[in-house]
Amino acid sequence: MQGTVDSTPVVTGHEVAAHEEHEDLRVLGLITFLCSEFLMFAGFFAVFLVFWGSKAEWPPKETEVELLLPAINTFILVSSSLVINLGTKAIKKNDLAGMRQWFGITAAMGAVFLAGQVYEYMNLGYGLKTNLFSNCFYLLTGFHGLHVFIGLVLILGVLWRSRRANHYNDITHVGPEMAEIYWHFVDVVWIVLFSLIYLLTLL
Amino acid sequence: MAQADISVKPTEAQGGHGHPDKWKWYDYFTFNVDHKVIGIQYLVTSFLFYLVGGFMAVLMRTELATPESDFLTPELYNAFLTNHGTIMIFLWIVPAAIGGFGNYLIPLMIGARDMAFPKLNALAFWLNPPAGALLAASFFVGGGAQSGWTSYPPLSEITANLPQSLWCISLIMVGTSSILGSVNFLITIWKMRIPSMAWDQMPLFCWAMVATALLALFATPVLAAAMVLLLFDINFGTSFFKPDAGGNVVVYQHLFWFYSHPAVYLMILPIFGIMSEVIPVHARKPIFGYKAIAYSSMTICLVGLFVWVHHMFTSGTAPWMRIFFTISTLIVAVPTGVKIFSWVATLWGGKIRYTTAMLFAVGLLSMFVFGGLSGVTLGAAPFDIHVHDTYYVVGHFHYVLYGGSVFGIYSGIYHWFPKMTGRMLNEPLGKVHFVLTFIGTILTFTPMHSLGMQGMPRRVAMYDPQFTSLNQLVTVGAYILAVSVIPFYLNVIWSWRAGKEAGPNPWNALTMEWTTTSPPIIENWEVLPVLTHGPYDYGAERADEVGPAGEAVVPTQR
Repeated sequence: MQGTVDSTPVVTGHEVAAHEEHEDLRVLGLITFLCSEFLMFAGFFAVFLVFWGSKAEWPPKETEVELLLPAINTFILVSSSLVINLGTKAIKKNDLAGMRQWFGITAAMGAVFLAGQVYEYMNLGYGLKTNLFSNCFYLLTGFHGLHVFIGLVLILGVLWRSRRANHYNDITHVGPEMAEIYWHFVDVVWIVLFSLIYLLTLL
Repeated sequence: MAQADISVKPTEAQGGHGHPDKWKWYDYFTFNVDHKVIGIQYLVTSFLFYLVGGFMAVLMRTELATPESDFLTPELYNAFLTNHGTIMIFLWIVPAAIGGFGNYLIPLMIGARDMAFPKLNALAFWLNPPAGALLAASFFVGGGAQSGWTSYPPLSEITANLPQSLWCISLIMVGTSSILGSVNFLITIWKMRIPSMAWDQMPLFCWAMVATALLALFATPVLAAAMVLLLFDINFGTSFFKPDAGGNVVVYQHLFWFYSHPAVYLMILPIFGIMSEVIPVHARKPIFGYKAIAYSSMTICLVGLFVWVHHMFTSGTAPWMRIFFTISTLIVAVPTGVKIFSWVATLWGGKIRYTTAMLFAVGLLSMFVFGGLSGVTLGAAPFDIHVHDTYYVVGHFHYVLYGGSVFGIYSGIYHWFPKMTGRMLNEPLGKVHFVLTFIGTILTFTPMHSLGMQGMPRRVAMYDPQFTSLNQLVTVGAYILAVSVIPFYLNVIWSWRAGKEAGPNPWNALTMEWTTTSPPIIENWEVLPVLTHGPYDYGAERADEVGPAGEAVVPTQR
């Protein structure tokens, strides 16, 4: 990873306070955590697939999904992953204003995605309890939406902290980097989810 | 054991780090980020929950002393059996073996000053007490969850809804704690070893913890998914596990056992690690088959992810699945056998010291072989269908969990208590503890196999009068086990305050935690040690000597 400092955290002598978290290990820790988190979604996906495989009609007629709005939403979320990457590239070149600009745009795109999701919920004509498909639909998209929301909070947190002078620069930028990784995670989960629930059920 | 008298005095060398020289008693009740404080927090909390879970077991055994339901109401009995299982697994063995020993020992064994993410570590611990409080609260808002620790729907969705929901939330909390802890273990072992320590020079406990952490990371989130679905079914009107509305109860069983079978290995792999440390030290011999033991942990981790359906042979499982999961289950016996034989070979011809730690380790060997063999019989689908949901299963898993995990935790406590507190445990009292535990275990759990073969179902407060005499024998055994903890707790409390000073290395052990003071200073070493010998080089020249401060002396190369 470009710009990462030497990853050997072991020190001799007393110059490093061990009770501080090691900067470079946090990214690694987050990735490990997200691998684990992905398996939670995998559990939900597995449940969805089992029901799909065992039902004659999936989704049932009264609970079919709409496609246009989710497709637009997908486009927004996937592009926002590219936008946030521009933000971390900017801070690695010590361009704080650039980072704030790209992170701001990402946050706006995330908010639009969430709003689109809520709009979709309100116009579907069926709710969580309608049938087994709608159970799965709302649980999966809702759970993903919760993660988008957390990602949004992380991005806003980075923006908030970036007001402090020299808090992020070309050497210390673990915060933006972690927000970016989390955002990519949310994006990847969505791509799987979108393919499963919206695209493949059309077949 | 000649020990140079050394006093533990933190020096000015660690000044300027914004923390005191030595932790006070009240520091153990705060959001402290020192891995040693967190390790002890885990151990003490889990030993308290052990008493709670044990108390429930004693009440249940008292009920089962007679065939009729005359001591507890059936509902209360069900609540106790559910919470006994839940507490013993999630708030006793898992936090003691993984959280307690893992946090305390890993940085000391690999030459790190702390874990990779100390704050995350503290957060992981502090998720546990509220999880226990939720379980306790569930007794006051509806009599406690009553559907067994497996909480299969539909039973879990139609009995005691509010307590069941609290139970689910409690499990999500301990699961989160386990995931956060595992991230920490993995990254710490991977990245924070002293530069001179290669992977194959790590103590085997660290290898076991790598396997444990990987398993927890893979399996625990799936349990969390199952808990979320169950919560939605109970509280928000969904029908994932409601057959009358198109749901499927077996899906829950798959999700649950995808976690809960690996959870068995979560509870035993750290114990295998403890065994691999205790046995060479007290047999004064290099461990037999270092790489075989290390890689067999990883093999158990991998194969253990693909055996879960052997809990579901009676759930309408397809024949091909029965064959596949019977075979994969029997394969797990191979790496486990590799470990057993390696430990026996380590003992062979050693200068064995019959310390209490060693007695529990050897006791574990015999118990675990017995429990492992009954596990192999249960892994075979035809036999399993015969004894499914009988006391045979109860006997089997108590042999591996009590005779395995609990013996291992005891062994680890007797071995590392001097390091953690700076004082020795009382050995004669420890031997009384061992004898009572050993007899109690055999008396409690052996007759259960016979009861199960005769068809006595588990999880019922009443039984056919023909089973009375064996059940009374089991109840006597359970009382002996209850008594056996008294000398142990007295020993710990007394020795912690007034035990014999231990010095840095009372067992003349060679792993790195013994090169620092007992208890270790706050950042473990003033100057980080340099690794010049393997962790098990016993018998090498000068290995049994102690240095001027009582620390282990580095043996010359053989």
